[in-house]
Amino acid sequence: MVLPKSFKRSLWVFHINTGSCNGCDIEIIAALTPRYDVERFGIKLVGSPRHADVLLITGPVTRQMVEKVKTAYQQMPEPKAVIVVGNCGSTGHTFHTSYNLVGPVDTIIPVDVYVPGCPPRPEAIIDGVVKAWLKLETLEAKR
Amino acid sequence: MSLVETMEIVLWAILGTIGVAVFGIFVGLLYKGIDRKLVAHMQARYGPPIRQPFWDMVKLFVKETVVPEHATPWLFNLAPIIALAASIATLLYLPIGGFQPILSGEGDLILVLYLLIIPSLAMVIGGFASGSPYATVGAQREMVLMMSYEFPLAITIITIAWQLKNTFADHPFSLATIFSQPVWGTVGIVGLLGFILLLLVLLLVTPGEISKMPFDAPEAETEIAGGLLVEYSGRNLGLFYLADAVKTVVMGSLIVAIFFPYNLSTILGIGGIMAPVVDVVFYFIKLLLVILFAVSLVRVAVARLKIDQIVYTYWIPLTLMSLIGLLLIMFDSTSLFHISLGW
Ligand code: SF4
Repeated sequence: MVLPKSFKRSLWVFHINTGSCNGCDIEIIAALTPRYDVERFGIKLVGSPRHADVLLITGPVTRQMVEKVKTAYQQMPEPKAVIVVGNCGSTGHTFHTSYNLVGPVDTIIPVDVYVPGCPPRPEAIIDGVVKAWLKLETLEAKR
Repeated sequence: MSLVETMEIVLWAILGTIGVAVFGIFVGLLYKGIDRKLVAHMQARYGPPIRQPFWDMVKLFVKETVVPEHATPWLFNLAPIIALAASIATLLYLPIGGFQPILSGEGDLILVLYLLIIPSLAMVIGGFASGSPYATVGAQREMVLMMSYEFPLAITIITIAWQLKNTFADHPFSLATIFSQPVWGTVGIVGLLGFILLLLVLLLVTPGEISKMPFDAPEAETEIAGGLLVEYSGRNLGLFYLADAVKTVVMGSLIVAIFFPYNLSTILGIGGIMAPVVDVVFYFIKLLLVILFAVSLVRVAVARLKIDQIVYTYWIPLTLMSLIGLLLIMFDSTSLFHISLGW
C-alpha cells in the first residue's frame, strides 16, 4: 500500500492519559492554542481511537489502565503510530519503583516515538508528531 | 413520448446527477476549508490551509475500515452511503448558481423537507447499528435534535408556501416558482418584518440541521467521544464527512433559493455568454455569506448547549419567532395592515 501525501498532511491524534500527573496533558493542550496552533499542519485531536492515526500516550501505565491502553491501540485502524509524551511513559520516571506500575508504555504496546521531558515543551511534542510521519513513511517504504 | 426522447431525458438526468454530485462534494469540501480558515483567524490562529478537507478526505479513504464486533454489519456499512446519497438527492431539487434545478415538480419544498431528514436518520441508524453505548447516546440525542428543529423549520416553510399561494395560486411549493418570484417583493412593511424573522429562524436552524456548534450535542467530541460516529473509521467515516459537507451546501442553497434568489446578470443587465458566469460567481458569494453567518460566526461565538437547552431553544424562542413571522405575514395580506413598499 502506498500512502498518499495527504496522509502526512492530516494526522488525527487520539490522546490517552494512563496515570499522568496532568503536566504533559497541559503541554499537549498548549500545542493546540493560538501560539503553537498545530491545526495548521492538519493535526487534530479526535475523541475516538477509531478516527485516529496517532495514539498519544502520557503517563506511566498504572495497573488499572493496562487493558484500556491495549484496547485503544487495537481499536485504531491501520496504518497507525504511537507516541509517548513525557519521561513517565518512556521510563517510569520518579514512579518507576511504584508497586502500582505496569509500564513503561513500551512493555505493553509497540512505541514508535518517545518525547522525553517532564513535561516536554510543546515544540518537542510537535516534533514528535513529525517523527511519527517519518515512521509512517518507512512503513510505506517497507511494503 | 418516443423511446429516443425518453432516453434523452434519462441520460440528462444521469449526467446532471453526476455533475451535481461532483459539484456538491467539491464545493462542500471547499467551504469546509474556508470555514476552518475563517474560524482559525477569528481565534487569532493561522489555521489549516483551505485544501485541508480534501487531504482529510483522501486520508480517510486510504485508512482501514473497521466494523466493530458488536455492530450489525450491513446496516453499519449502509448508513453512510444513504446519508451521502440523500444529501446529493436533495441538491438535485435546489436551484444552483442561477440555473433551474435538475429535477423539479409541484411539491419540491415538501420533498426537500423530507429529504433533509434522511441523512440525519441514516446517522441515527448507523449510530444504533454500531453497538456502542456512546453511539447510542449520540443517536438518541440526534433524534431529539431532529424533533426540535423540525418544528420551527416546518412553520417557516409553510408560511413561505402560503404567502406564495396567496400571490400566484399555482405551484406554491415548487422551488422553481420561489426562485423566479422573490418572496420579498410580495409583501408590504409588516410582511417584510415577518420574512426577516423567518430568515433568522432558518439561519439558526442551519447549525442544528448539520450538527454544528452550538447544536452539536449528538457528536460532542469532548463528552461522548464523537457520539454517533464513535465507531466509524476509514471509508465509512469519510462518507459521513462528505455527507456533512454536501448537507452544508444544501442548507446554504436552500436559504439562498428562498430568500436571495436574485441573479446579478438580470440586475446589471448582462446578457449572452457572460451571464451564467456572473450568476455562478454571485451564487458562490451568497452561499459563502450564508454559511459565514449561519455556521462560522455562530461556531466561534458560542459554546455547546446541553440537549435540554437545545430543545428549549428550538421549541420556545425559535418557534415563537417563526409564529410571529407567520402572524405578521398573515396580517400583511389583509388590507388593513398592508403598507406597500412600492416594489
Ligand atoms: S513526565 Fe512529568 S509532567 Fe509528564 S506525566 Fe510524568 S511527572 Fe507529569
